[in-house]
Amino acid sequence: MKRTAEKAGTEDLIVLLGTPNADSTELYAITMTEGDPAWAGALAGVALGLPVYHVTENEVKSQVDPDIYDEEIGIAEMVLEIDEIRESAKSVRDRVAAATT
Amino acid sequence: MDLRGKKVIALGERDGIQGEAIGKVAKSAGAEVVLEVTHCFV
Repeated sequence: MKRTAEKAGTEDLIVLLGTPNADSTELYAITMTEGDPAWAGALAGVALGLPVYHVTENEVKSQVDPDIYDEEIGIAEMVLEIDEIRESAKSVRDRVAAATT
Repeated sequence: MDLRGKKVIALGERDGIQGEAIGKVAKSAGAEVVLEVTHCFV
């Protein structure tokens, strides 16, 4: 991921998550913005600062083809704790935005 | 946030939504998928 970010550049780069719960969503989101909180692996201390959304968030869902969304994501959306996941992703974005302004 | 024209890293998880599925929906919104992975923590 670090190599991808370096290669693609971070300007128009965003991360879409398919994590199964709020905790993993928060962990991934923090890792892709502030660096690995466990200080392990390639992203330890590397703040990529990428915008991170869960693929089920309305900001994403509203822009994609609804048929493809239903086919690819629909069933998972029914069984995952979507509200908690969405809130978790948003809370990390809000925290990062507050820290950078 | 506008997905059209954006580069997307699709980070899926086996117990949630797979990277390939995220990639397909991102492409349907006009985004370019630059990395597509599905993690498994079993």
